[in-house]
Amino acid sequence: MKERRDPDLLLFHAPLLRQGMTTPKAMRDVIIALMPATGASLWFFGLSAVLVIGSSIAGAVLAEWLFADRASRGESLRDATGILTGLLLGLTLPPGLPMWMAFLGGFVGIALGKVIWGGLGHNLFNPALLGRAFLLATFPIAMTTWVPAGPEGGFFSAYAGNLALPFMQVQVDGVSSATPLGLFKFEQEATPLTGLMFGRIGGSLGETSGLLLLLGGIYLWLRRDLDWRIPVSILGTVIVFSAILGFFDAERFPTPMFSLFSGGLMLGAIYMATDPVTSPVTPRGAWFFGIGTGLLVMLIRVFGGLPEGVMYAILLMNAATPLIDRYTQPRVFGHGVEKKS
Amino acid sequence: MSSDTLKQAPAPSSLRLVMTLAIAGLVSGIAIIGIYESTLPTITANKARELREAVFKVLPGVSRMQALVYRDGRIQAVTEPEKDEPVVYGGYDEAGDFVGYAMPGAGPGFQDTIALLYGYMPRERQVVGMEILESRETPGLGDKIYKDAEFVAEFSALSVEPEIVTVKKGTGAQPNEVDAITGATISAKAVVRIINETHVAWAEQLPAPGTEPPLAGESTDDGATP
Amino acid sequence: MKKNESYEEFVKGIWRDNPVFAQVLGMCPMLAVTNSAINAIAMGMASMFVLVGSSFLVSIFRNVIPKQVRISCFIIIIATFVTIADYTLLALVPKVHKELGAFIPLIVANCLILGRQEAFASRYPTRLAVMDALGMAGGFLLALFSLGAVREILGDGALFGVRIFSENFEPWIVMILPPGGFLTLGVILLFFNWFKYKKDEFLADVAEAERSGN
Repeated sequence: MKERRDPDLLLFHAPLLRQGMTTPKAMRDVIIALMPATGASLWFFGLSAVLVIGSSIAGAVLAEWLFADRASRGESLRDATGILTGLLLGLTLPPGLPMWMAFLGGFVGIALGKVIWGGLGHNLFNPALLGRAFLLATFPIAMTTWVPAGPEGGFFSAYAGNLALPFMQVQVDGVSSATPLGLFKFEQEATPLTGLMFGRIGGSLGETSGLLLLLGGIYLWLRRDLDWRIPVSILGTVIVFSAILGFFDAERFPTPMFSLFSGGLMLGAIYMATDPVTSPVTPRGAWFFGIGTGLLVMLIRVFGGLPEGVMYAILLMNAATPLIDRYTQPRVFGHGVEKKS
Repeated sequence: MSSDTLKQAPAPSSLRLVMTLAIAGLVSGIAIIGIYESTLPTITANKARELREAVFKVLPGVSRMQALVYRDGRIQAVTEPEKDEPVVYGGYDEAGDFVGYAMPGAGPGFQDTIALLYGYMPRERQVVGMEILESRETPGLGDKIYKDAEFVAEFSALSVEPEIVTVKKGTGAQPNEVDAITGATISAKAVVRIINETHVAWAEQLPAPGTEPPLAGESTDDGATP
Repeated sequence: MKKNESYEEFVKGIWRDNPVFAQVLGMCPMLAVTNSAINAIAMGMASMFVLVGSSFLVSIFRNVIPKQVRISCFIIIIATFVTIADYTLLALVPKVHKELGAFIPLIVANCLILGRQEAFASRYPTRLAVMDALGMAGGFLLALFSLGAVREILGDGALFGVRIFSENFEPWIVMILPPGGFLTLGVILLFFNWFKYKKDEFLADVAEAERSGN
C-alpha cells in the first residue's frame, strides 16, 4: 500500500486487521461523492456556483490555517476536513449570496464550529451547519433570497448579488423565486416531482438535485464511509410522518415524495447528519439520532414558522448526541449485570 | 489569644440587630419617598407628552386632545381614565372641532406584544395614520413595521370596511389593502390584525359621526402637566 | 506610599481583576443590554453610581453594622441606590430607561456589587473602599462599552447612533440579538485570556533569561 501509514506506529493487541481507512481518505471519499451534486450546481447556476462554493472553501481553509499551531499547521490542511466543510457549507447557500458572506460563513464555521472545541474530532456541532446557522441568523434576508436556476447571461455570467463588496448589501433587486418548500408553505403550491429529482428549481446550490445526492450516498455506502442507519432512519421517519399527515389531510400536508426530495433533506441526511464526529457511535444510537432528526425536520417544516428545518433539526440532534451515546453504550462483557458487595 | 477573644466576642443583643435593620430601612424608605416625589412630576409629564406627540402624529391637523372612555352606555370625556379601562383619544383642531379618534391597540406580534396607536376618521371610515408604540420585532426584518416609511404610509388613507387585508408587496390597489413587507409577513399581518380587532371592538361603542363629545374645557389642552 | 495604595486599588479593577474579563461577574446585564453603545454606557453608569454609593456607606458604617445582619443591611443600602438610579433615569432619559427596562431594578442582583461590599468595603477604610468601587465599576463600564460598541458597529453599522459605514452597509443582525452578546463576549474573553497567557509566557521567559544570566 502506497498510502502513508497513519498513525505510523501501531500499538495494539492481536489480532490485527489493517484497513486502508484514514481520516484524509474518508474525507476525500465524501468530496468525491459530492462531485455529481456540485457538478449539477455548476450546470444549473453557472459561474455563481463556483464563486460561492469557492469563497466558502477559502474561508474555511483560511480559518483552519490561521488557528492551527505551528506544529500541526500542514497536517490539518492535508486531511481535507476544512475543504469538505467549506464545500458542504457552499452547497447549502443560496446561489445569489454575496461572496464575502460565503467566505465569512466558512471562516465562522471552522473557527466556532471546530477550532474552538479543540479541533478535529472534538466538536459538538457540524461545522458546516454551524456556519450556515450563523449566516442565517446574521443575514436573514440575503440567506433567504432565492434566484431561479440559470443566470440570464448563460454559464459564464454570475448573479449580481455575488459581487457585492465586503460588508455591503446586495444592490440589485434581481428576479427572485421561491423554493419549493416556501411555495408550499406560503402559497400552497406544489412543485412537480421531476423538477425536485433533477434539480432545475430554486434553492440552495447543492440541494436541488435529489437523485445525484442519493447517488453520492450510495457510493459512500459502498465504500463503507457512511453509517447507513442514519440516512435510512431520517428519510424513513420523514416518509412515515408525512404519510400519516397525508392520511389526515392530503390537501394541507406535503406528500411523502415531496417531503423527501424538497429542500435540504437529502444533502443533510446523507452528508451532514452522518458526520462521524457529531453523530452517535453506537448502532442503536444511530437509529435514535436519525428518527429524532426526521421528526424534528417534519415538525419544523409543517408546524414551525420556517419553510425548512433540516439545519436546525440536525444541529439540535448534534447537541443530543453525547446523551444518546451515553444511554446506548453497549454493556462491557462481565460488567454491569449485578453489583458485587 | 487575640483570635480567641475575637471568636468569643459576645453576640450583639437581638435588640441591636433589630434596631440596625429598622434604622437602615427607615432611612432607605425616606430616601426612596424623596426621590419618588421629586421625579414623579417629570415622569408623568414625559408620559403625557409622549402620548400627545403620538396622537398628533396619527391624526393630521389635530392640536388638542382628550381621553374618551365608554361609561354608562355612552362615550364621554374624562380627565383621568381608570386603570385598565379601555380608552380612546379624541383629537380636535384649533377651533375645538372634532377631527378623529386616536385608538390604541395591542396584540401578539412575531416575538412579543406589539402596541400601536392609529388615527381613525369616523366620517370617512378611514385609518389616517399609524404609530408603533412598543414592539420587540426582529431588528432588520420585523422592525420594518415602523422603520419602513413605505409600510407606515400604507396607513395614511386606509378603508376599514370591509376589514383591512394584507396582500403581497406591490399588488395592493383597493382602498382596504395593505402591501405586506417582504421577509416580515408575520409582523405586517399582526399590525393589520390589531387594527381590525380594535376597530371591531369599538365599532359599536363609538357614537354616530357628528355626535362626538365636545372638547371639555381648556384644562385638557396641556395634558397632564401639573 | 498611601497614594500608591489607593491607586493600586483603583487600577486592579480596571484591568487585572476586571469584573467581567477576569472574574466573569455581572453576566446578566453584560449580555442583556449591550446591543448598543449608549445602552451599555447607561447601564455602566447606573451600576457605577450604585456600587460607589453603597461602598461608601458600607465602609463608613462597617464598624456599626453587626456581623449577623450585614448582608441584609448591604442589600437595603444597594436597593435604595438602585431605586434612586431607576427613578432618575426614568425622569431624565425615558428613552434609555425604556430600552434597559427590567435590567435597572436587576442591578440589585448583580453579584459584583454585593460581592465588593462583602469582600472589600466592609473591611477597609472609606477612601480605599471608594477607590476600589470606582475601579471595579470602571472596569465593568469598560467591559460593557467594548461589548456594546462591537455589537452596535457590526449589528447596526453605527456607533452612538452615528453611521460609520456607507448607507449600503449590510447589518449583522445576529449581533443585536441575544446570541450576538454571547458570541462577542466569548471572543473578547478569548482575546483577554490569550493576551494574559502571552504576557505570562513573556514574563517567564524574562525570568528564565535572568536566572541563566546569573
